[in-house]
Amino acid sequence: MSDLRDLYQDVILEHSKTPRNYRELPAADHKAEGFNPLCGDRFTVYVTLDGDTIRDVSFQGSGCAISKSSASMMTQSVKGKTLAEAEKIFERFHEMVTGHAPAAGNESELGKLTVFSGVSEFPVRVKCATLAWHTLHAALEGKQDAVSTE
Amino acid sequence: MTTAARKLDAEQRPAPIGGGLDVARVRADFPILQQRVHGKPLVYLDNAATSQKPRAVIDAIVRYYEGSNANIHRGVHYLSEIATKDYEAARRTAQEFINAPHAHEIIFVRGATEGINLVAQTFGRARVQPGDEVLITAMEHHSNIVPWQILCDEKGAKLRVAPINDQGELLLDEFAKLLGRRTKLAAVTHVSNALGTINPLKRMIELAHAHGVPVAVDGAQAVPHMKVDVQALDCDFYTFSGHKVYGPTGIGVLYGKSALLEAMPPYQGGGDMISSVTFEKTSYNKLPYKFEAGTPDIAGVIGLGAALTYVNGLGIGNIGAHEHDLLVYATQVVSAIPGVRLIGTAKEKAGVLSFVIEGVHPHDIGTILDQEGIAIRTGHHCSQPLMDRFGIPATARASFAAYNTREEVDALVRGIGKVREVFA
Repeated sequence: MSDLRDLYQDVILEHSKTPRNYRELPAADHKAEGFNPLCGDRFTVYVTLDGDTIRDVSFQGSGCAISKSSASMMTQSVKGKTLAEAEKIFERFHEMVTGHAPAAGNESELGKLTVFSGVSEFPVRVKCATLAWHTLHAALEGKQDAVSTE
Repeated sequence: MTTAARKLDAEQRPAPIGGGLDVARVRADFPILQQRVHGKPLVYLDNAATSQKPRAVIDAIVRYYEGSNANIHRGVHYLSEIATKDYEAARRTAQEFINAPHAHEIIFVRGATEGINLVAQTFGRARVQPGDEVLITAMEHHSNIVPWQILCDEKGAKLRVAPINDQGELLLDEFAKLLGRRTKLAAVTHVSNALGTINPLKRMIELAHAHGVPVAVDGAQAVPHMKVDVQALDCDFYTFSGHKVYGPTGIGVLYGKSALLEAMPPYQGGGDMISSVTFEKTSYNKLPYKFEAGTPDIAGVIGLGAALTYVNGLGIGNIGAHEHDLLVYATQVVSAIPGVRLIGTAKEKAGVLSFVIEGVHPHDIGTILDQEGIAIRTGHHCSQPLMDRFGIPATARASFAAYNTREEVDALVRGIGKVREVFA
């Protein structure tokens, strides 16, 4: 049996209760909305770029503990990174939560995000963990339509 | 299932003492309930999504495929004759189940969703004109919203929505006020899937008919839990899904009054729904075949017949009383948990308990309960406008069936305790 505490780690619960960078960025030059039609989770991600670097990133919306904490920790991990670095982190994160690559060995890139490694034991929750990331990706690509997990 | 076999099934089950349900025996009829999930006994409380299937239904389907599989209505051979007889026997079982006047008023569809779409695309399309109105309620499932939106968009008509109160009860006066000269149809749910509210359907139909407005009823959440009598209701259409009433998925029933069905254009063209075809002109088959184009889900129909026969054996009144007892108990013990708020507290309710826990998203409730072997539904229950009405994105929903027990409600309460522990 998968242990619930592998999924709901303290760091995750703490971020879901007190999400970081939870605000609108009125001056954002990139913005996208992400939506999971199955559970109704909905987030808006705001990005301000400085050349190739993510100068500021924030989010707002509603969702479960996994999606909200993932969004919160995502903003912390990509702030100050270049676009290429951010994409690389998303790639590693995605591999980790889908169980395609263990967190071990990728700690240097993933940092604190390794707390989400337990998600791979709960396949229906992968979409929760990746919603904000897909939304960030859409924001940076300049997509106008809301990105959907379906 | 043959008539003789149906009788046998019903006779084999002695009436339980005291008129109630022998729940232990009911549970033994459902093979799936014997399993463990994540090492815990399965507690299946997602019956409003789909019910489990008794052995009698599974066996009827296997018997059909092993012993009488053939296409129906056309074959002159032995197997086709048996299959046709069993298929039509299930139609009569469904007719009796909802007390429809005639067997030809029972049309087999894929489920309630297809039943509603059929009415919208045939009856609705012919009747609704630009500037007209279709009336629904604020507690409809998406399947009783979207088909009417599509129709209204196509016709330049308007969709009107009768409001509900904070308990999740229809405001009957407002419903009556919205019935006007331009109202061409009312499409209403009998029981709300997300809240469990039982609508005052008979009164709603009387009000609509007083304005000359026909009424189509979504009965998906009512048929498994209460005696439905379409003649007593005097509804014009009534539809339900087989899979929520212990039958297979992919099959359901649309009842319509003969005169309306006769006047309606067909829904889909194809085999079985014609009486003659030339390249110049086709004349359509008589009811109900006019609305059953193509080879139908024969096994599904036979399985549905077996399911309704099974329910008759238990007694729908007994099932309803048992579920009501569970609902009353669950309402009491779940609402007593600190931080829990019930969504949908109508006076008249079927066995649905929708709730939210302060500070915990329903999706997380669902995952934690699942680890305890408890299956509930979490999300918007295909009722997003209703969730908006209550200002919440989603709820957790436990829903009861004949085989559920008070001990399972206790397991739910312990599970919610675990949720609160994790999120403390």
